[in-house]
Amino acid sequence: MITDVLKGQRADYIEIRCEESQATSIVYRGERLEEISRALNSGGNVRALVQGSWGFVSFNRLDGLREKVALAVEEAKLASREPFVLFPTKPVVDTVTPQLKRDATAVPLATKKELLEGYNDIMLSSPKIQSTRINYRDVKRRITFANSEGSYIEQHKTDLAGRLTAIAREDNEVQQAGISLGSNGEFSAVEGLHEKAGEVARRAAALLSAPQVKGREYTVILDPILAGVFAHEAFGHLSESDHVYQNENLRQIMVLGKRFGGKHLNIIDDPTMVDLRGSYAYDDEGTPTNKTYLVREGILEGRLHSRETAAKMGERATGNARAINYLFPPIVRMSNTWIEAGAVSFEDMIGDIEEGVYVKDWYGGTTSLEMFTFSAGEAYMIRRGKLAELLRPVVLTGNVFNTLHNIDAIGDDLDMNQGGGCGKGGQYPLPVSDGSPHIRIRHCVVGGR
Amino acid sequence: MKDLRKVLHSAQKVAEQAEVFSASARATTIQFEANELKQVQTKESSSIALRIFREGKVGFAVATGGGWEALVDMAVETSQFGGPANFEFPSSQNYSKVRIYDPKIKEVPMEKMVVMGKELIARIKGHTLEILCDVQVTKGTSSVSLVNSQGGEGGYEKSFFGLGLEGILVRDTDILWVEDSASSCRPDLIGIDDLANRVIWQLEMAKKKAAVCSKLLPVIFTPHGVASVLLSPLVLAFNGKTVLEGASPLKDKLGKQVFDKRLSLWDDATVAYGVGSYPFDDEGVPSLRLPLVANGVVTNFLYDLQTAALAGTHSTGNGRRGGGSPSPAISSLIVEKGGISFQAMVEDMKEGLIVEEVIGAEQGNLLGGDFGGNVLLGYKVENGEIVGRVKDTMIAGNVYQVSRELLGVGQETRWVGGILQTPPLYCSGVSVTTRGS
Repeated sequence: MITDVLKGQRADYIEIRCEESQATSIVYRGERLEEISRALNSGGNVRALVQGSWGFVSFNRLDGLREKVALAVEEAKLASREPFVLFPTKPVVDTVTPQLKRDATAVPLATKKELLEGYNDIMLSSPKIQSTRINYRDVKRRITFANSEGSYIEQHKTDLAGRLTAIAREDNEVQQAGISLGSNGEFSAVEGLHEKAGEVARRAAALLSAPQVKGREYTVILDPILAGVFAHEAFGHLSESDHVYQNENLRQIMVLGKRFGGKHLNIIDDPTMVDLRGSYAYDDEGTPTNKTYLVREGILEGRLHSRETAAKMGERATGNARAINYLFPPIVRMSNTWIEAGAVSFEDMIGDIEEGVYVKDWYGGTTSLEMFTFSAGEAYMIRRGKLAELLRPVVLTGNVFNTLHNIDAIGDDLDMNQGGGCGKGGQYPLPVSDGSPHIRIRHCVVGGR
Repeated sequence: MKDLRKVLHSAQKVAEQAEVFSASARATTIQFEANELKQVQTKESSSIALRIFREGKVGFAVATGGGWEALVDMAVETSQFGGPANFEFPSSQNYSKVRIYDPKIKEVPMEKMVVMGKELIARIKGHTLEILCDVQVTKGTSSVSLVNSQGGEGGYEKSFFGLGLEGILVRDTDILWVEDSASSCRPDLIGIDDLANRVIWQLEMAKKKAAVCSKLLPVIFTPHGVASVLLSPLVLAFNGKTVLEGASPLKDKLGKQVFDKRLSLWDDATVAYGVGSYPFDDEGVPSLRLPLVANGVVTNFLYDLQTAALAGTHSTGNGRRGGGSPSPAISSLIVEKGGISFQAMVEDMKEGLIVEEVIGAEQGNLLGGDFGGNVLLGYKVENGEIVGRVKDTMIAGNVYQVSRELLGVGQETRWVGGILQTPPLYCSGVSVTTRGS
């Protein structure tokens, strides 16, 4: 059908992406099961390239596909950029299906509810807990991609994401703590968290009497989860070529071979890793995926590309053009991003810090390319080489052009984090994972009152 | 409506009460990237959602692009585990007219939108030649229909026109972002002049750099700054759900003075041509102009049907759907303007900051009212004059502390992002942290 539709259209390139998905979502708010719902979703889009400009049409109904293709071609003709040729990829015909031990989307609703209710009860029965939030969502998608070059790829994907939050209250003071969950659809990611649920509740209650850090520069140690968020925010986004390819000044700053950090620093993006949330075989332009060293031994070695950005920068497409769903065109995104393990033990890292901050777990992160912030779910003072008192949640900030140089120790304990999701250009939350060993950063600005 | 009735009819066979809601939209966006027209896109979407009460419990399912036949079965499945059905769907009502559709939207040619984008970029480049702008010009229409088993029924059409610009200026390793947008249901109300002037003002103020030390300082939040920093914790605190579960710092504060006397705040779903306006909410409850804060006193919270029933009160017409089941959410928020001009606020400052945009502002303890983050765009004031842009600077504070006593509420009010109308707010005692001190 698709080849028929593409016949006779006057465009340099056309692609069609169709998607069917089924999602389950469960939300607890306090003792109340606030939402338990099922959603069916189907739709598609057409993207056409004519003389260097794009037309894009998305829709829910597949009828009249030929007219939709014609509309995308018409739209593309409205614009008039310099013509270019997409980075060439070989036409592929393939079907990709995930191999899961226990597919979350096939687990009965009653089992999911019972499990989550168990965590909720643990948190609610903990002292000083006023309320809780549990968010759980799993989704199964089938995405069919075809283009005018002869590719036809069917990918089946699953994803699971969630968060447990405990909210503590005393008088007018409200504090919260939580943990994020995620997997490529494997249900085990949400099982056996009873102990962790209890810890989250105890931490939220402890925050009520915890002090606020005094805002200033500190030496900080980041745990693997937060260091992964740091790698994603502080460097990953700057490696997305769509920020760079049309900006001559940024291209000069981001010239390959430039030093960004010490010799011990290696940052990688790799969708080919098995069984992670950011893993996939082909991106949403049908490009097969690759492992990309963004930084090797402290030096800028590569960046993430779509077929357009690769062509315009004279580099190779890396398979990082991703769309959150059929409503959006693919844009350059990360997949699984991490800092490679070094050799320093945690004891050596903390041992010579007179006064510093140890930050753990993820709460959020964002970047303006140059400046970035990320916040810790858990923070402790470090005094005389030892962990000391619990602190109220802290926000850390930095500037990519000097903070990476300030990493002076990289641990030996790499761990990947699958919680959360990435947002860019209105497309949120895209499944990604990130990771790192423990790292130590000198002169890091920590906000506080 | 015919499809809706079909679903309603088959749902009524298995449920005590039922409600069918459908939304569809079509929007075309002209996108400029790095000053050039990169892409034109059209998005069409439609969805249909079913909510039922079955054996006293709520079930919910939603489908896009077909699959309506499965809706009833899916809703029945979820109802087994659903919460108690403790409210009624609203029966037939007379909704008052809210102006949200302008037929002129159909007549805006794409070519005119292309010209708008080009002219806007030309204006900004006329001020700063090296700037690279991403511009979006969007026009669209949407429609909503609703029918329930209690005789309730309604439908409306809405139009939308929006213009947004994000500019990036890179010099060595210094990156400056400027940004502004405007939107309305009425295309004639959106022009390039105001937007261009505001962005040019940002560029002008950010021309020089200024240094700041770590300490407590007064801060003027511009309308942009109010939206970026102060809005999120307040929206969360006035949400009836947060209040019901006892997690809102305002939960016992109805009728009490919590904010400065000069502060008044409304949620207003009836603003003519406001992009957040509607004649009835996504559950068929008529829209209101609802005072949340009157002269510093907390007066109302936002409710949907279910939350209101649990809290023993009435829906305020704020039941909104973001793809899932209804939940309380704002329509448009309006902060009443005050008596001091922006210029007078600046002149009043010996040393302080003007904050336009903060990144990471939503990463702290929002429930507790904390705000904080890295100042993406902000200016230093010395002896009553703006001296330049600050960088590598964090602010931190608590919205309840800073708004208990304000230094001033501005005279000049404006819309930000189509859903907040606010003047600048002049606050004291915000913690500022910067590098190397």
